[in-house]
Amino acid sequence: MTAATNTKRNLVTAALVAPAAAWLMIFLVLPFIAMLVFAFGERAPEGGYQAAFTFAQFANLPTRAAAFWNTLVLAPVGALACLLIAYPVAYYLAVKANPRYRLILVSLVVVPFWTSLLVRTYAWMYILGSRGIPNLLSMIGIEDVRMLNTPGAVLLGIVYGYLPLMIMPIYVSLEKLDRRLLEASADLGAKPVSTFFGVTLPLSLPGVMTGVALVTILLLGEYLIPQLLGGGKVFFIGNALVDLFLQSRNWPFGSAIAVTLVAVVVVILMVAMRIAFRVAGTRQVDLV
Amino acid sequence: MGDHGDIRKQPQGTDVTSASTNDIEFRSVAKRYGAVTAVSDINLEVPRGAFMALLGPSGCGKTTCLRMIGGFEQPCEGTVFISGEPMNGVAAYRRPVNMVFQHYALFPHLDVEANVSYGLRQMRPRIAGAEISRRAQEALEMVRLGGFGKRRIHEMSGGQQQRVALARAIVNKPKVLLLDEPLAALDKKLRTAMQIELQTLQRELGITFVLVTHDQEEALSMSDFVCVMNAGRIVQVGPPEEIYDRPASLFVADFVGKTNRINATVDGASSLVLANGARFAAPAINGAKGAATVALRPEAIRLTRNGAASADALAGTVTHRIFLGSAVEYSVAVDGLGDFLVTADRRTLGDSELVEPGEKVGLAFDPNALHVFPA
Repeated sequence: MTAATNTKRNLVTAALVAPAAAWLMIFLVLPFIAMLVFAFGERAPEGGYQAAFTFAQFANLPTRAAAFWNTLVLAPVGALACLLIAYPVAYYLAVKANPRYRLILVSLVVVPFWTSLLVRTYAWMYILGSRGIPNLLSMIGIEDVRMLNTPGAVLLGIVYGYLPLMIMPIYVSLEKLDRRLLEASADLGAKPVSTFFGVTLPLSLPGVMTGVALVTILLLGEYLIPQLLGGGKVFFIGNALVDLFLQSRNWPFGSAIAVTLVAVVVVILMVAMRIAFRVAGTRQVDLV
Repeated sequence: MGDHGDIRKQPQGTDVTSASTNDIEFRSVAKRYGAVTAVSDINLEVPRGAFMALLGPSGCGKTTCLRMIGGFEQPCEGTVFISGEPMNGVAAYRRPVNMVFQHYALFPHLDVEANVSYGLRQMRPRIAGAEISRRAQEALEMVRLGGFGKRRIHEMSGGQQQRVALARAIVNKPKVLLLDEPLAALDKKLRTAMQIELQTLQRELGITFVLVTHDQEEALSMSDFVCVMNAGRIVQVGPPEEIYDRPASLFVADFVGKTNRINATVDGASSLVLANGARFAAPAINGAKGAATVALRPEAIRLTRNGAASADALAGTVTHRIFLGSAVEYSVAVDGLGDFLVTADRRTLGDSELVEPGEKVGLAFDPNALHVFPA
């Protein structure tokens, strides 16, 4: 291989990578740096940012403990609830469903995505609101049931909105699972339940981990569902950030919260990945 | 399957639970997928401790038969027996058979030892951990993979994976070992070595082997019995020599080994007229009358130098010579009959006696080597 072809190859690689790299640079890296700088500054008297170097914003974090708590509890719990519902669905679609109808069934999972999540969440607002299910319950004598603006309502909205995102990666990992491995397991005397826990589940773990990571990360930034179904009582960090940036125009404090969230998420993910790999008994090599 | 003894123990003669001497028996078995008939009218007995090969072209139904023994398919008609027990409706995990899958189907998330001990860990009552690993080690040593237990599957070569699959299948001490094209993915040298290894293993274990293969050489070289199948039916069952020397049909003659096909007519009780007018006394006409096809093995023909047609010889011209090392193959154009394939052993021919393309030769053979089938 000559130096010329090497150079040419590098140029091609650079050309292919450049758009994505530029995009990430402008819309991810630079804003993140700006946010880091803001987090150590202070609020200008008229709102916004004023240059300074202070840890005051971070010292102020406990005032938003509820938002952190809601986010860091409801996001993983929501992802877990999604997982528990999504796995059987994905299993049915990939393994049990008649291949002739499989495409139709899979699209049924995806079709709700074609309508705006806002509209669908509004529908839930009505269903859970005083003229919805509580109204029906009062007809049979069960009075004063409050559903809307509870953690349960937020959790329900989360599961409803994010279920397809959990089903798809699990479906894909189960769908490409080699059926002969299941036969081999049965051949070696494993009952169906043992085959599931000994072969199917471990081999679908990459899909499970992808789904859990995807849903959890998206949920950490969730704003819409707690806003509509939590009604200011159950709010996420996303809601706190909107308040800080748009209402009280306290950019440095908002930045400090956002930076802290990113740091917490990175730490949690690293620990979770390590545990997951250990449990699966697999090394990263196998998952690529 | 409850005994925890030595894996090498011979089950022959010790089993008194069943009066049957057949480990596998198919009785009038048929399998259909919708309107497509995969196999029909299958009647087959595999004696205890025998090495049986199911041989046939792809799509002939041999794998369907094997999968019906394993319990992965259920017959639509008839019954499959294992050690005299009818197996209709019995799930795969309850059958005393184990399978070496095509492409091995090893568990990618487990290491070699965990793959091999997988079957042991399914046993109820449970076996102690130390005993499980001892027996897994023993099975690995039987296939000469001792010390590879902690390797991961993707770190093993094709031949090694093949042997892991074998160890995994024999560790449960099945009554019957099923092998689905086990050597298909190996290169020729390794395949020959594994053929010998499989035969040795079968003798050591003393259990029944049922092998599915489309490779006639593999079927002939390894097994005690060959069951030739075509289009969902059994065509012939017998020892390899019988299959090769006395094929029951033109299909068997063609599929097993190489064959020259000659168009001919049966004239009277035992007189055969080839398409070029040559007349032979043919002892085995298999009930053929009138138009017939004659099969003649390439190695049954001797080339002679004088090149004249006679009462037991045809005349022709050598067109190609294929040097195979230990033997030589000639393509000979025979007047009125087309090209013949002739295999000559080098030793009997002598080094200096290689025939050159273009030479006129005579083709001599014993008329008993002619197998006549209805056209």
